[in-house]
Amino acid sequence: MAMLAIQGITKRFGGLVANDDVTFQVDKGQIFAVIGPNGAGKTTLFNMVAGTFPPSEGQVIFDGEVISARPVAQIAQAGLVRTYQLVQLFKDLTVAENVMVGFHRVTTGGVFSALLRSPGMRRQEREIAAKTAEILEFVGLSHRANVTADLLPYGEQRLLEVARALAASPKLLLLDEPAAGLNMEETSELARVIRKVNENDVTIMLIEHDMGLVMQIAHRIAVLDYGRKIAEGTPDEIRVHPDVIAAYLGGTEGYDD
Amino acid sequence: MKSSPIMTLPITTSTSAGLPWRQILLAALGALVVVFAFSANGYVVTVIGFAAIYALFCTGLNFFMGFTGQASFGQNAFAALGGYGSAILTADYGFEPAVALVLTMAFSGVVALIVGYPTLRLRGHYLAMATFALGLITYEISINWTDLTQGYMGYSGIPPLGIGPYYADTPKQQLAVILILLALGVMAAAGLKNSRFGRACRAIAGSELAAGALGIPVARYKLVSFVIAALYASAAGSLFAHFVGFISPEVFGTAMVVQSFTMLYLGGIGTIAGPLIGAVVVSLLPELMRGLKDYQTIGYLVILLGILIYAPKGIAGLLDRLLPKREG
Repeated sequence: MAMLAIQGITKRFGGLVANDDVTFQVDKGQIFAVIGPNGAGKTTLFNMVAGTFPPSEGQVIFDGEVISARPVAQIAQAGLVRTYQLVQLFKDLTVAENVMVGFHRVTTGGVFSALLRSPGMRRQEREIAAKTAEILEFVGLSHRANVTADLLPYGEQRLLEVARALAASPKLLLLDEPAAGLNMEETSELARVIRKVNENDVTIMLIEHDMGLVMQIAHRIAVLDYGRKIAEGTPDEIRVHPDVIAAYLGGTEGYDD
Repeated sequence: MKSSPIMTLPITTSTSAGLPWRQILLAALGALVVVFAFSANGYVVTVIGFAAIYALFCTGLNFFMGFTGQASFGQNAFAALGGYGSAILTADYGFEPAVALVLTMAFSGVVALIVGYPTLRLRGHYLAMATFALGLITYEISINWTDLTQGYMGYSGIPPLGIGPYYADTPKQQLAVILILLALGVMAAAGLKNSRFGRACRAIAGSELAAGALGIPVARYKLVSFVIAALYASAAGSLFAHFVGFISPEVFGTAMVVQSFTMLYLGGIGTIAGPLIGAVVVSLLPELMRGLKDYQTIGYLVILLGILIYAPKGIAGLLDRLLPKREG
């Protein structure tokens, strides 16, 4: 069953075609990776899925609904939660508070309920605190709970971003180059967490430069080059695909159409 | 785990049973100020009354600037609405002061909603300029619409605070009412800070992108927090009108913006105690420096600069460093 279907997506910025008729689908329960050389149009595609801007042509279908051209917050409310390539933490908040904000989508209450502090509200706060502790345990950040987020080392900031996204109970988690800037040790810790998240029934789509990470965790991979999808398949198929090898090694044979 | 040098950062999962020294110290200082105010003469009562009114104003401003991370240089507009609203309703139309206070707050809230809707689309410096203009426009109106505001002459004959047969006749009774309202306002702000709404606002201050990606309606929450700040400002304006019994355009002029910003940054923006500390220190400092005679202003500014340079997160931040909060 398709969790996310990308159908004939094209994006033009003036004369530049960033994505050209890209089609693929991410099945429920999958870890799906989109790879490609620099400038292949991965980030543009990602931004259209997350709702940062609408596609010029084609549509994005998430969990049976067309979401292309909906605002970001609405898409998030529907259960599609993203992280950012440049970590976007709430720096002045503690690690635990960052995760607590993540529960926004799945909790209720505004100004008045905050002032009235009804038993139901207090119960919700207790639940948020308990689940936050669980999630921090899950990603291995329990020992940092009360530290201000901007004091964390980079690898842990990445983990915190994933933890915060998890709090929103996403149906589909979009990870934008999660391994960027991480050392090998941090990357393998991240791979472990991503796998664990996926085992908890979260479908994941990521774009990534780190081939090692992608080959290790992805069930299925789509390869973009010059805005077009040039290949799709399992890691083993992609590894030996002539067009992919050509795109990465800079050759020209294989797509003179 | 990792063996990076970062391991030296605080690991605070322990449920240390140490006493919350910071809260105790602040409560003791607060009690001291209150006792001092009630045992002192009329002048001290006035100074501390002003400080309390400013503390209420800054608590609201802090919600918008400190928690939600937006700039407003025009909160004085809402204080003016509150002050003139209360003055006109009570002195001319014979409304109960308490009723007038609530009515003007509601009116200010509606104005904030209407003005904020287009204005809050702006960010950073642009938002600062637009809100600054709001303060200037209100000031001009209070000068030129003489039929309503009596212009430069100002508005006098405003009755003291009260409801029904209960009136705060003496300055000390008035101070008591102001302090009770301030306490309510601070408790409300503290309750909001650690709620789903408050956390979302503080998230917006950290990253609008990430807040939106977690499903937080950024524009709406900014607007609500602007309205909250306006409600506090309006209440502060009303209290001022009743406390002094007289208002004029100058009371709610640009000086009010400068004064409240000094309090906010000196006390510690983004904290609950900060606006209170800032309001008390900035109000009392000039009084304590009177002994310096001609050098009073210089001494005052030297102390201000010293605090801003050596305690960039304000006095509340300094206390945080000296007396770390113990949490379970």
